[in-house]
Amino acid sequence: MTDPRTAVAAVVDPEIRVITIDELGILRAVDEDPATGRVVVTITPTYTGCPAMDVIRDDIRRALAVAGHPDAEVRTVFSPAWSTDWISADGRAKLAAAGIAPPAPRGDGTAVPVTLAVRCPRCGSPETAQLSRFGSTACKALWRCRSCSEPFDHLKAL
Amino acid sequence: MNGPFDFTLALGDDALVAAQRLGEWATRAPEMEEDIALANIALDQLGAARLLLSYAGELEGAGRDEDALAYLRDDREFRNCLLVELPNGDFAVTMVKLLLLAAYQVPLYTALAGCPDERLAAIGAKARKESAYHLDHSALWVKRLGDGTDESHRRAQAALDQLWPYHHELFTADPAAPVDPATLRADFDAVVHPVLAEATLTRPETGWTPGGGRDGVHTEHLSFLLAEMQVLHRAHPGARW
Repeated sequence: MTDPRTAVAAVVDPEIRVITIDELGILRAVDEDPATGRVVVTITPTYTGCPAMDVIRDDIRRALAVAGHPDAEVRTVFSPAWSTDWISADGRAKLAAAGIAPPAPRGDGTAVPVTLAVRCPRCGSPETAQLSRFGSTACKALWRCRSCSEPFDHLKAL
Repeated sequence: MNGPFDFTLALGDDALVAAQRLGEWATRAPEMEEDIALANIALDQLGAARLLLSYAGELEGAGRDEDALAYLRDDREFRNCLLVELPNGDFAVTMVKLLLLAAYQVPLYTALAGCPDERLAAIGAKARKESAYHLDHSALWVKRLGDGTDESHRRAQAALDQLWPYHHELFTADPAAPVDPATLRADFDAVVHPVLAEATLTRPETGWTPGGGRDGVHTEHLSFLLAEMQVLHRAHPGARW
């Protein structure tokens, strides 16, 4: 039987499959009742309308069942609101390695932060331009590198 | 509006109807990036709508969940403002409408984040970050259209003239609500007036101020919108994917 925290932390994000939900910062707590064995997992969405949440809940329950914890409940909380500052250093490195530019620090949260230079995750050049502030998923914007001409995703600071 | 239920329902309906309208742009936007942007903004609005309507259902205590509130009410039971139900029109109408809506939702959600109701505070803290992107996006487009070509300026000014009367309804005083909408007016003006000035658009004089949405008295446009949004759910009650 695997420790429930270890099992849940290994669940990958269904839309960005190179990063786990723990590295993404959306896994808030894993609590096991020692008497009953019941596991309660608390997660928070990146965006309110994130369509991946149902899949993430299913994946968590499946991972716990495989790890020997069939009695599991997944709770969703909204406060405090998720921030890209919660993405771990490992998570940022994995995003960059997968061609997704990680987010800059978000500032005080009251205004949309200005990102001065987003480095191309492929060639490292700071000569990049935003094509669209909204991208393939709610959490990403679409950018292009002027040096190597490759388009790439950028995880928006939130 | 007066109690927390009516207030939460009204905010949820604003977001739900705005999401449905924005979704109509999918595959029809002037360029691919804008198609994706409008769909993303619609998704944010839908996310906020789901949270608000779920909570409204709990406050009501009559066993109605988000689906019952979204799909099984008729137009007279909707409490959204008239602004969000108006047709999309051309791209200028959609962008001016989004600017007016976002410039209202940002201070609204910010105020909610500090209100004593924990659920509303959590929703406000979450949604305000997303609304800030909507405001930024629509403000850029309104400036680009207003201060663009003669044709884009003409369309942006026409859109503003058409929509401006409807924004007054957003700030109707309601001292009993968790956040009194009248207190949001100054923040709205502080954001919108400079954007319009930079866009070289003329702010219309206050004249006609249509309202009634918060009391369930809507334009004819809402009935058609609801017919499309609700038909599947009503034809197949309880159906699941």
